Order: sequence, then C-alpha cells, then structure tokens
Amino acid sequence: MTTKSLHLTVNGEVYDAFVSENATLLTFLRDVLGLTGTKEGCGAGECGACTVILNGLPVNSCMVLALECEGAEVRTIESEYQNGELSNLQQAFIEYNAFQCGFCTPGMIMSARALLEANPHPSRDDIREAMEGNLCRCTGYDSIIAAIESVGVSAS
Amino acid sequence: MSEYHADSQEFRYIGKPVKRNDGPEKVSGTAQYAGDIVLSGMLHARLLTSPYAHARILSIDTCAAEALPGVRAVITGEHGSVKVGIYMQDKSVIATDTVRYQGEIVAAVAADTVEIAREAVSLIKVDYEPLEVLNDVRKAVEPDAMLLHPHLGTYAHSVGVFFPEPGSNIANHTRIRRGNLEEGFKQADLILENSFEQNQVLHVPLETHVTLVQWGVDDQIKIWSSGQSPFSVRDLFSIAFGIPRANIEVNIPFVGGGFGGKAGIHLEPLVALLSKAAGGRPVKLEPTREEECQTLPCRQGQVARIKTGCTRDGKIVAEQVEILWDAGAYADYGVNIGRASATSACGPYHIPNICVDAKTVYTNHLYGTAYRGFGHPEVFFAVERQRDLMARELGMDPTEFRLKNLLYPGDETITGELITENTGSPDKCLKRAIELIDAQTPYTEAEKEQMAATGKLRGKAAAVLQKAPAMPTWSASSALVQMNEDGSVRISVSGVDYGQGTYTILRQIAAERLKMPIEDVYINKSVITPLSPYDWQTVASRMTSICGMAVMEACDDLIKQIREIGAIALRAAAHEVEFDNAEVYVRQNPQYRIAFGKIAMGYIYENGNAVGGPLIGRGKAIAQGLSNLDEHTGQGKAALDWTYGAHAVEIEVELATGDIEVLQMATVIDAGRVMNEQLLHGQIVGGALQGLGCTFSEVLLHDDQGRLLTRNFTDYKIPTFKDMPRKMYTDVVETPQLDGPYGARGAGEHPLISVTSTVANALANATGLEFYDLPLSAWRVWTKLQEQQQKQQEVQE
Ligand code: FES
Ligand code: FES
Repeated sequence: MTTKSLHLTVNGEVYDAFVSENATLLTFLRDVLGLTGTKEGCGAGECGACTVILNGLPVNSCMVLALECEGAEVRTIESEYQNGELSNLQQAFIEYNAFQCGFCTPGMIMSARALLEANPHPSRDDIREAMEGNLCRCTGYDSIIAAIESVGVSAS
Repeated sequence: MSEYHADSQEFRYIGKPVKRNDGPEKVSGTAQYAGDIVLSGMLHARLLTSPYAHARILSIDTCAAEALPGVRAVITGEHGSVKVGIYMQDKSVIATDTVRYQGEIVAAVAADTVEIAREAVSLIKVDYEPLEVLNDVRKAVEPDAMLLHPHLGTYAHSVGVFFPEPGSNIANHTRIRRGNLEEGFKQADLILENSFEQNQVLHVPLETHVTLVQWGVDDQIKIWSSGQSPFSVRDLFSIAFGIPRANIEVNIPFVGGGFGGKAGIHLEPLVALLSKAAGGRPVKLEPTREEECQTLPCRQGQVARIKTGCTRDGKIVAEQVEILWDAGAYADYGVNIGRASATSACGPYHIPNICVDAKTVYTNHLYGTAYRGFGHPEVFFAVERQRDLMARELGMDPTEFRLKNLLYPGDETITGELITENTGSPDKCLKRAIELIDAQTPYTEAEKEQMAATGKLRGKAAAVLQKAPAMPTWSASSALVQMNEDGSVRISVSGVDYGQGTYTILRQIAAERLKMPIEDVYINKSVITPLSPYDWQTVASRMTSICGMAVMEACDDLIKQIREIGAIALRAAAHEVEFDNAEVYVRQNPQYRIAFGKIAMGYIYENGNAVGGPLIGRGKAIAQGLSNLDEHTGQGKAALDWTYGAHAVEIEVELATGDIEVLQMATVIDAGRVMNEQLLHGQIVGGALQGLGCTFSEVLLHDDQGRLLTRNFTDYKIPTFKDMPRKMYTDVVETPQLDGPYGARGAGEHPLISVTSTVANALANATGLEFYDLPLSAWRVWTKLQEQQQKQQEVQE
C-alpha cells in the first residue's frame, strides 16, 4: 500500500505523518493520532457521528481522505475542553441531558459548534436544519435542540 | 397534589433533579467504548457472510486467505459448530453445513490490519447449493412446510418454560386459556375479526456490536464487549465451551446504545475462537453498519389475528388472539418474546373468556432478538387498532370503550393475576394523555372547512399500553456499597448504564437511604465480572426496580455496620446511634458527632487501639413470586410489576402526498414514583420518537429470495432532527409500586409501545383509511388515498 506524507494541524498541534492513500481522516484521527473521541457510526456519510470541523466547516470525517487534508486545520471534540474547563456547549449538553449513550455526542457537539460559528443565535428551525445529518437513536433530539439553543441565547 | 401524582413525602434526592454522572466523559469524547480500546498485539477481524438466505454449504476453500501475508487465523463452521444461546440453543457460532439467512456468518479472519483481513475474506471460496427459501411466516406454519430446523427436538432449552413443536417450524408455542371462549362469543352481539401485520425492524444502536477477546494461556478468557449482559455472556460462554466461569472475565466499557439488541450473547464466542486460532492474540471485531443490519439480529416480524366479541353496550366478552412471530432463522431469544407477548396479548383489559396462541416461527429471514418493548410494540399495534375498530363498529367513542373495559382493582389479568390499588392505573394515563392535547374535543365546522380547503386533514387519537419485565422467574441482582477512607461511598452493580440513567438513579437511592450528600455517593461506571457483583442482565426495564432494591438492601446492611461501629466510638447502644450528613451521633446528644471518615476503615482510639474495619454493605434482590406458566392454560404469575401508560396524538395528513406530520403528541406513564424527572422525560421522548420511526419509515424489506434490501441508513431510515413532533408533552401518573424502591417501577421501554397504533388510529380518524400493517409511509398512505378516491367515484357513478 502506498503511503504519502501529510502535514496538517489538528486541534492547534502540527502533525507530519505518512498515511496510506486510502486512509480516511476518521481512521487517521482515531488510529494514528489516537483521538478516539470522534466516532464511527456508519463509515458511509450517513450518521454524522464522525463530524469534525475542517477549515471551519463541519464534515463527515469518514468521507474525507486523510491526504485531502494537506495543510488543513482540523478541530475534533478534543478541542472543546480547554484549560481544564468544559466548553459552553459541553456544559449545556450536560445541563439539558442532551445525550444518553453518548456515542453521537462528539459529532453532535462539533456540528453544533460549526453551526454556532456560522450563526451565533440559531432558532430551533435553524438547528433542526443544520443538524439533520447527525443521527441520535437515544434522545429523541429535543434535549439536544434545547442545549444548542441555550448556548445561542446566552451568547448575546 | 393532583389526582395523578403520589404523596410528596419529604425526600432529599428521590424525585430531585440530580444530573447524570457520566456527563464530562461523554461530552468530551473521553468516554471509552469497546472500539476505542487497543491492546498490544491486537489483530483485526472481518467476516464472510452468506449471500443466500437458504443454502447448503458444499465446500469452503480458505487456502488462499490463509496464505496471504499478515493473516493470523481463518475459521469456518468446522471450528465454530458449538451452539450458544440463552433460551433455545439453536444457533452455532458459525454456520456449519447450512446457512439459514442472508448475512449469516460463514467464515471469519483475523489479520494484522483491517485491510488485510478484508482482502483475505475476499479470497475465501465457498461453494453453495441454494435451497428453496421460506420467507413467509404464514407458509412456515402450514402442515407440509419445509423444516428449517429438523433437529428442533434435540435443542437444549428451558424445559417447562418453552414449548417447541418438533417436526414443525414452531420453536415455541405459548397458550393462554381462560373462561370459555365459545360461551363468551355466544354472549356477544358483535364479533369483529382482523389481521395485522408488521415486518421486522432494526435496533440501530449508533455503536455496532464491537467485540474484543483474548483467549489467553490456560484458557483465561478476557472479553471486552459492547453488550448489555456481562454475567449472561460469562454464563453462556462457560456453558458453551465448558470453561469455568471464574476463567472468563467480561468487561463492559461505555456502550453506544443497545435497545435490547445487545442483550444475551452475540459475537463474543466467534471472536474468542479467532483469538484461540491466532495463538491467543487479542482480536477486535468492529462490525460495519451493513453487518449490523444484516448479520446481527433484529426485532421479529409479526402476523396477529384477533377476534373480539362484544355486547351492544360495549363490554368485551371474549377474545381470541393468534400471534405468529417471524423469528427468522434462529429463535434463541424469540421464544421468550413469544411467551411474553402471550401474557400481554389482550392489553390491559378485563376479558372473561380468552384464548391466546403465540407461536415463534422459523423463516429464512434475519433472526430476531429482544428489542425495546419485547414484543409489546407489535402486540399493541394489533390490540389497540382492534379496540378503535371495534368502537367504530359499535358506534361508541373509543375512549369510552376503553375505559369501560380496562383492568381495575379486583379484576384479573389473562394469566390470572389480581389487579390491586397498587398495580398502576391505565385509565388515569389515558385520561391525562387525552387532556394534555385536548384529544377528545371534536374539530369545529370552521376547522373542518379549513382542512378541506388546504387539503390537509387532521385527526386525533389515543391508546393505552402496558408491559411487565419479561424474564426468568429467578432473575436477580446484587449490589455492594463500600465506604471509602474519607467516608464517601462507592456503589458497585453489574447493570449496564448505556444511557438510560440507571447509575444516577441508583446513586439517588443510596444517598436517600444513607442520608448523605449525593456528591459523596459514587458508582463504578464499568462492569468487570471478576470484581462486580452478579446481575442477571440489563434488560426488561428492571434496573430501577430490582437492582434498585439490591442497592437499598446494601445500604441497610451498611447502616447496620455504621450503627455498630458508631456505638463503640460513641460509647452508646447501637439503637441509640443516629446518622445524618455522613456523621454518626447519639440520638439524645446530637451536637457531638463523628464523621463517617473516622469509622470507615475502623475507629482508632487516642492510644492507637483500633476496632471495626472497612465497612462494606451488601444487598441482593430477586424477582419475588414469579411462576412458570401452565403449559395448557398459561395461568400463573408472569409479571413482577405492570407499568401502564398511554399516548395521544394529533396528526395532519397531506392529501396530495400522503405525508403525515405529527402536530402534537402526549405520552403518560404510570412510573409508580418519579425518581428523576429529567431522566424519565429523556426516556419518554427518546422512546416515543423511536416508536414514530417504526410508524413511518422503519421496516426491513427482503426480496423474494429472502435477501435483505435495507442494509444502511439510506434504505433504512431512522428519525432525524426533522422528524420530531413540534409539540411533545410528557407526564406521569404515580401509583406507587409496593415492592419497588420508593414505589418506582421501570419505564425505559414503555414509551415506544402503542405509538404505531395511536398514529394509525388518528390516521383513520382523519381520513377514514384503515391500516392493518406498517409503515405509514407517505407512499403507502398516498396509494390508499387514491384507492379510496376511486372507490368513492365508483359509488357516485
Ligand atoms: S461514520 Fe461518518 S457519517 Fe457515519
Ligand atoms: S445519545 Fe445515543 S445515539 Fe445519541
């Protein structure tokens, strides 16, 4: 299997690595960098569990080849916890009981982060629209909407 | 206090908004799931599965796969012929000479990388002889049907609990008989018979059944599994392989959803055999989504025929129910779903003359297993549709009809259990659900005109639900509550909290009992069988009730020890010792107190003498008074407790497309006592939406060769953010359960039950369309609307 060199920034840290041509960003993050917070739910771009922020935009990392990320900035769930503190979104997810099994949660939070960066005060409909690609089997979604909405409201 | 809620005694933590304790790790991505675990020397597994739903395996050639560099083990049915199971041992670890469903495992490979394993799988050559496919449960029970399990009579199963019929495809036949059916129907003024049909559906945990096993030296087995049942895995593994239980260590890290699909034992034996074949190196198998859909089990399909007899004034006098469960290729768990469904086959109604036959039937479909609700979501589609259809036939309001026939104190269930004041109140749930969305108020003329003008018809309906835990009569839990050096406590149990909030509720129970700050009450968040106390398995909404009682007993045991050592330290009689806020004191002298931390590991006198020792409370609970059901009449004690509930919905049907929108939905559960409102609300909303998934889109489809057509999230659609009803109300009724902790009973599965029937009834009310099957997808509704229109035109012409 051919490998190629890859240079990118993940959560503010610079990495130089050799990766195989068909490795996805998801497997690179999980298996090479050990950032296992990002989850695989389908490996086919259908569930959003693997969502990370690539150059400011949310992507399904299972659908992106690692080599496509040459020179890119990637942010994963591990970037949310800073200086020993949970982020506003993380706290809101706890406050609103916006997770049960927690498997969709990292992807949910990254999608929500991207949404809040693009639209700091999303309405409930904005949230439904932007988050449609993130599946959750446990919560029924309404607590997740409430959590994201609360962060949007308090960001004024 | 409203009529729905129990006395609000003064509680410190019961019913209080305590946050769950797995938040920080779950929101930060540091919670470790089975797939996140990496062991040194670990290999990766891939599976070869059958492309045929029914075929004879003529030969398997694994030479090329074995020769591929990096391949460490290849196994086939030759290595995996041992049968493993919980209720009916009918399935071998790997298919041996016959495959019975498409997706069945035929061979498996362990290799240095996933890529190599995948390539090796593609090099395995299997020669199949395709066989005729049995893909209709009705055909499977015909007398001359082909037998899928000719050796059914030899399969090990729980004798006296399940009743297989060797020489047929019926893996279990549960009968319930009560009163005199013929006489009952003679009293009826109206008899209505209908058939209802539901295909299989999937669980869809977001994390697949990830499994990691090391078959170490001296048969020391270590298992890490995304499972619900650590001790059942250990037990069944031990039975299958003849390895002592103490040699088998089962670890359950965080689990990414189960919904019943991870109860019992699944891929652990297969991965263990791979590890053994690879010389004891650890092997990890992470099933793909496609494998999760087509290889791992689903919820069973159902065909139910109900014949109901009623008097003119709306009293049900007789009912006959025949349920055929499409178990698919194997019925290990399916036999118990059949049994449980029989006990609930007429719903929470008082009917004097009953005949129920529930048959779990083999077909060449994907095999079924436990699923949230354990047969009840399917049964209640049939029963609660039938109730509305009957009410319509009688010209009676369906709610009035239900209220007239529901179980009330003094009545008996169809298995002969007496209903008491403490059993729970389906009537109150129904009334409250209706009240929440005003479901009984008819639409005004103006509203009706508006509906006609916009082509969007609205309809409302309500239905009830019930379920009791379905489990062996001896199902038990145990708990340890140990004091830490600082006087805080840690709880150990072996129930798995995959999100339902069990651990939080157990902490609330312990903090309440021990009268100590909840911040000082910890619980071990992962289960490891050599260290954790026994628990049968995490199913049947039984954690709050049974495991909760075990934790209470463990707290009481700890309290006894606190009093004993407190008496010594305080120089008082044990009965004079009180405790509060993690301190002990003498009742008549409350100002002098000794902190728990000073007695936790033993009390030390000033001169250094020490007494006592580490404090450990132990507790246990076992289902009380359950009995096996009589083989011929089904009479006996089937239920530990009944949780009742009801839904009400208002929907809007777009005539042009057949699309249904749920405008509002109310779900009410008689939870006995609400332990934690936020957690309960989360269970209800999540369960209700899962129920809406089953209503509108979730269905497994097979082609005529029995091959699965729905194998991914594109073809098998679960609800998204956009499918949430705009308005969702939840409420509870509290009829305290006498033997539940603080009166609580389970509520994790119930919100999903009867969602399908409630919506289908509302659809009938909105449009006049009667659906006897699912899903109510836009396409199917639109097609029926067209047929309806055509018929109306024909009548006019
Ligand atoms: S794992 Fe990437 S979208 Fe599902
Ligand atoms: S919390 Fe389990 S899938 Fe979302």
